[in-house]
Amino acid sequence: MTGPAVILMTIAIVLVWGGLVASIVALRFLPDAWDNPKIVSNEGHQAP
Amino acid sequence: MSNSGSSATVRKRETWTGQTGFLLAAIGSAIGLGNIWRFPGVAYTNGGGAFMIPYLVALIFVGIPVLLLDYAIGHRMHGSPPLALKRLAGKFGEALGWFQVAVCFVIFVYYAVIIAWSIRYAIYSVDLAWGTDPGSFFSGEFLQLEGAAQYSLTPVGNVMIPLVILWIAVLLIMARGIVDGVEKANKIMLPLLVILFVALVIRALLLPGAVEGLNALFTPQWGSLANPDVWVAAFAQIFYSLSVAFGIMLTYASYLKKKSNLVGTGLVAGFANSSFEILAGIGVFSALGFMAHQQGIPVSDLEGLTGVSLSFVTFPQLIMMMPGGPLFGVLFFLSLTFAGLTSLVSLLQVVSSGIQEKFNLSTKKATMIMGIPAMIVSVLLFGVQSGLSALDVIDNYINGIGVVGSAIAMTVMAAVAGPKLEGLRKHLNSVSSVKVPRFWNPLVGIVIPLFLAFMLVTSVVGLVQDGYGGYPTSYNIVMGWGCVALSVLFSAVMVYIPWKRSTDAMIENDDFVATNTSKGAQK
Repeated sequence: MTGPAVILMTIAIVLVWGGLVASIVALRFLPDAWDNPKIVSNEGHQAP
Repeated sequence: MSNSGSSATVRKRETWTGQTGFLLAAIGSAIGLGNIWRFPGVAYTNGGGAFMIPYLVALIFVGIPVLLLDYAIGHRMHGSPPLALKRLAGKFGEALGWFQVAVCFVIFVYYAVIIAWSIRYAIYSVDLAWGTDPGSFFSGEFLQLEGAAQYSLTPVGNVMIPLVILWIAVLLIMARGIVDGVEKANKIMLPLLVILFVALVIRALLLPGAVEGLNALFTPQWGSLANPDVWVAAFAQIFYSLSVAFGIMLTYASYLKKKSNLVGTGLVAGFANSSFEILAGIGVFSALGFMAHQQGIPVSDLEGLTGVSLSFVTFPQLIMMMPGGPLFGVLFFLSLTFAGLTSLVSLLQVVSSGIQEKFNLSTKKATMIMGIPAMIVSVLLFGVQSGLSALDVIDNYINGIGVVGSAIAMTVMAAVAGPKLEGLRKHLNSVSSVKVPRFWNPLVGIVIPLFLAFMLVTSVVGLVQDGYGGYPTSYNIVMGWGCVALSVLFSAVMVYIPWKRSTDAMIENDDFVATNTSKGAQK
């Protein structure tokens, strides 16, 4: 493959698939707002 | 007053079994035919590797923000589009909700036909039934287009039989409801789609010439970034691909439990959809590289790189040239089938849930009331000799005008009615671990509707001045503008049909909404 094509393909894969992995990790491991009163109170909106 | 119906027994609303079930359904809905047959060609013709820049910008600044708007409205107002938008903005909201229902109806009656073609072609792949000239086979023996009248009722058995079988199967899924029908179907079909498609991509990458295809797709044409059309193409690709702002994601989010991480699931769905598109680009262009290699021509000389012609003419050609072609063909057409089916189910759910809530019906009754007319329209309009041209025109008008118009109305409505965007943003943040920043409000309320309005105006001016696809003006008016006009008429009529149970009573009985909305937002 040509250099620019390799670079652009790598960037696209890293950003998009990396974004997917990062968002799955965030969904799985970050505490939900439900478990973290600070997040809820910071927004001034009580979760239902 | 539309909410003056009697307080009949309130049916308990189903919910997804968990976030995984919802995510699979949302991703299944987003990943459709367009990911496989549209994205690779659009990327290639709009700057190749350079297209990835506007594409990523569009994903982050248009796709995901509007997806989150859908989630916020669906989850907070806890209803199908007519009910949720009525709770958001009263009668105008309900009318928009019914317009979204109508748009979904129009889309799924023709979308089903493409899935029926794919099923048929998966079978044809086994013995390469299209012979040496797949183009002639598709238009001649398969669709029987030669000599067909513009409005034909002559049935095409090759299409009609799989179409009827498909409709029966899909309606059986829908009749089982959200958990036992939609969720279970997605839990089976989405993993199957991913497995089949990954196998297809690996096979394509091992073909001679695959590198030439990848070079063609990813070599950047930096000059294209100065072309506004390229940016519009990227924004349109993300917008249509994610199935946002015409009721689907709103409906799916309405079946989430109270304790659901909306932003987290939205990010996963958005990135999963784009990840599949990149994978599709790699697979499709590796295969096209092989085809060009076999013919001794550059990829740029190949024709039919998107849509129907890519799938049903170009791919059959390259399947013929390939060692192990029948297996590759089965993988490709089954992938199309599963990608289409998961999206079809989501379109049907919008209509089914709207009817269920308006007329206080069981899932089974609503499925039959929606499904039987839909099957008849689908078979009579698209299972006949004139099916391809009807599909082409209706698809163009309902997407270019119906879907974009719905998105403009919904973003503007969310900005000015009910809890407004700030209230919806707070709702998203109150249930999510990743927070939505404040710039989401002007982005969704001003920037995105302005951009969509530009898309709509450009599209309308083009259609009025030049028509579409070389079809006669009268045909475009009847099939294209006619579909849009019928959708508007339908929404206007539905608003004046009373709800079978009072929507106020629904709110009082719906502890979810009662704790989520201010009364003022529901008037």
